[in-house]
Amino acid sequence: MSHDFAPLPDLPPPAASVGVIGWLRRNLFSNTINSLLTLFAIYLLATLLPPLLNWLFFDADWIGDSRDACTSGGACWVFISARFSTFMYGFFPENETWRINLIYIALIACMAPLFIESFRHKVKLGVFVIFVFPIFGFILLFGGVFGLEQTETSQWGGLTLTLLLASVGCVAALPLGIMLALGRQATNMPAVKSMCVLFIEFWRGVPLITVLFMSSVMLPLFLPEGVSFDKLLRALIGITLFQSAYIAEVVRGGLQAIPKGQYEAADALGLSYWKKMGLIILPQAMKIVIPGIVNTFIALFKDTTLVIIVGLLDVLGMVQNALNDPNWLGYSTEGYVFTAFVFWIFCFSMSRYSQALERKLHTGHKR
Amino acid sequence: MADASPERDSPAKPRLLSDPKFRALVFQIIASITVAAFIFFIVRNTLTNMESRGISTGFGFLDRASGFGILQSLIEYNETSTYGRTFLVGLLNTILVSVLGVFFATIIGFIMGVLRLSSNWLISKLAATYIEIFRNIPLLLQIFFWYYAIGFNLPGPRQAMSVGDSLFLSNRGLYIPAPVFESGFMATGLAIIASIVAVIILARWARKRFEATGQLFHTVYASLAILIGVPAVVFFATGAPMHLDYPSLQGFNFQGGVAIIPELFALVLALSIYTAAFIAETVRSGIQAVSHGQTEAASALGLRPGWILRLVVIPQAMRVIIPPLTSQYLNLTKNSSLAAAIGYPDLVAVFAGTTLNQTGQAVEIIAITMSVYLVLSLIISIFMNWYNAKMALRER
Repeated sequence: MSHDFAPLPDLPPPAASVGVIGWLRRNLFSNTINSLLTLFAIYLLATLLPPLLNWLFFDADWIGDSRDACTSGGACWVFISARFSTFMYGFFPENETWRINLIYIALIACMAPLFIESFRHKVKLGVFVIFVFPIFGFILLFGGVFGLEQTETSQWGGLTLTLLLASVGCVAALPLGIMLALGRQATNMPAVKSMCVLFIEFWRGVPLITVLFMSSVMLPLFLPEGVSFDKLLRALIGITLFQSAYIAEVVRGGLQAIPKGQYEAADALGLSYWKKMGLIILPQAMKIVIPGIVNTFIALFKDTTLVIIVGLLDVLGMVQNALNDPNWLGYSTEGYVFTAFVFWIFCFSMSRYSQALERKLHTGHKR
Repeated sequence: MADASPERDSPAKPRLLSDPKFRALVFQIIASITVAAFIFFIVRNTLTNMESRGISTGFGFLDRASGFGILQSLIEYNETSTYGRTFLVGLLNTILVSVLGVFFATIIGFIMGVLRLSSNWLISKLAATYIEIFRNIPLLLQIFFWYYAIGFNLPGPRQAMSVGDSLFLSNRGLYIPAPVFESGFMATGLAIIASIVAVIILARWARKRFEATGQLFHTVYASLAILIGVPAVVFFATGAPMHLDYPSLQGFNFQGGVAIIPELFALVLALSIYTAAFIAETVRSGIQAVSHGQTEAASALGLRPGWILRLVVIPQAMRVIIPPLTSQYLNLTKNSSLAAAIGYPDLVAVFAGTTLNQTGQAVEIIAITMSVYLVLSLIISIFMNWYNAKMALRER
């Protein structure tokens, strides 16, 4: 009399705990306070979002070439499109802008393989981009050779100048920053160490705006008579010194993160100081500090807007300049929203990149 | 043959050039000489240049009359005041902006950081949106936005937005009621100080009793009662010797009350919103750094959620939060110098800007300005390090 045991089929989970309703209950209405918060947030969004979207997109004017096209009451994006080339290229001669475009295209082409996982010569390419590419970029931008028309640095402006200041500042500050970090770690040389500490703490303690003031009014006094620096070069020197202190601190963090055994093993092999650093320590340390360097680059990228104070017109400066144009008075909101969008795209994507790198390099316990 | 010399046994003496100590010494001497020569070169150039351009040196200019007015000053100031006083006005304005900025940024930042970790999906995403938007836009752009795009487009004084006829927001700035103290207010002031002292004593006593006997004493209600009750009783007993001076529209602008000029308003708003986005991230990572085991152990002990937060999570999170919070405060103080861009009379604007243009003494003025920021940074660092040491984990 065998009786097969046949379990009843599983009951489905309660409707209120799965699917859309389950998600809503778990994430939005889990208790009274949460429900109230949710309702409040929905109310806030419902009152703020529609007018904002209407202003930004639905009621906005997109096509035209003067302020007469802006009649609908929304944002006047015509202002942006009419002035777009100055925002991007500054006062660069109009039929020479292909040179700037070429730099951008070449840079993107050089950088693209760095993001491909299976590409094997990343380090070589990185060194090329950091040390060789700037020369190529400078020749194209400045001209004067190979039949290229020479341009004045006062014609450089807009987003080009922003990118130029940030990248030159960062690239030039990198070697100096590494040297300072190594000097700060040199415990057997108290004189060198204290000079490095002084230098780093001084630049980190003062605001960039005073550094720019200093480089524009004091630097000419520092130079021998007859030698004078371009306004752009003066700002670049200030930015580089300022940035090198921040990079030095990031690199120091990397140097400290390398286990002591690595230093001792290099010493035991009889490597000289520079071989020890160049072959063993720095390759490991630099890999860890890439996210940190990207973060300081983002900070510098945002801070380059301050050059407006010393009369250089970066992208924000160009927008401010355009807002003083009598033909376009009163479109400051559009100008600032556009600039904010440009900066946001750059900074947000770079910070995401640095976060992804951090996750990739981080091999700890996660929960 | 026994001619083994004693040198054979001791290790060979290294050549002087390979001796690390000697090399370090030589390297340091070379480096010091190079730096000293560089500084000498710069100083000599500067002196010759200043002489050839007829720039006077020294700090004598600080006693000369400045001859320009300042939009807002916390101390008495007019055109006949000296440059030294200009410096003081600028310094006080910088400190005012920094203190206000730190205050608001901390509040907004902590609220946003906690909301970012809320279990409510919508609230958490809204906080994340706030953080990601404001962190990634340059501060100068935000200051310009609040000042030019929003501030200039506010209604004029006649159509000012008002809250209960006491707060007025217009393109002339924010007007708030000003407290006016009358002669008998001293007693209330003393009562406030006395009640603060009493609360501190009460808290110490309650803690001692708790540690000795385990009996809890709810200091919160008692403290509130003392803090509010005692000064209130004294205040009304002495005949309420304070009234509020409400701003009112007279002619083309408001009279009375405290005026917060649009420059200050835009600057503090932008500084707090920008720095708060960074503080929120700091707070979030600090809270997340407290391991789950701690929360789980606390709930296994039967602590209520509020207690877990107050007794277990926050004390540990604060240790992680304080160092980056310090650097955010430092950043805010340094960023307050952006005031110069919208003409708020802070140190950089009135001293490194106007005073420098009028006197031309770049070296002295930039040096003074930079040392002020260095000293401010130092003071904040020292204070936060003291607080950090107080909060730090004490192991055995």
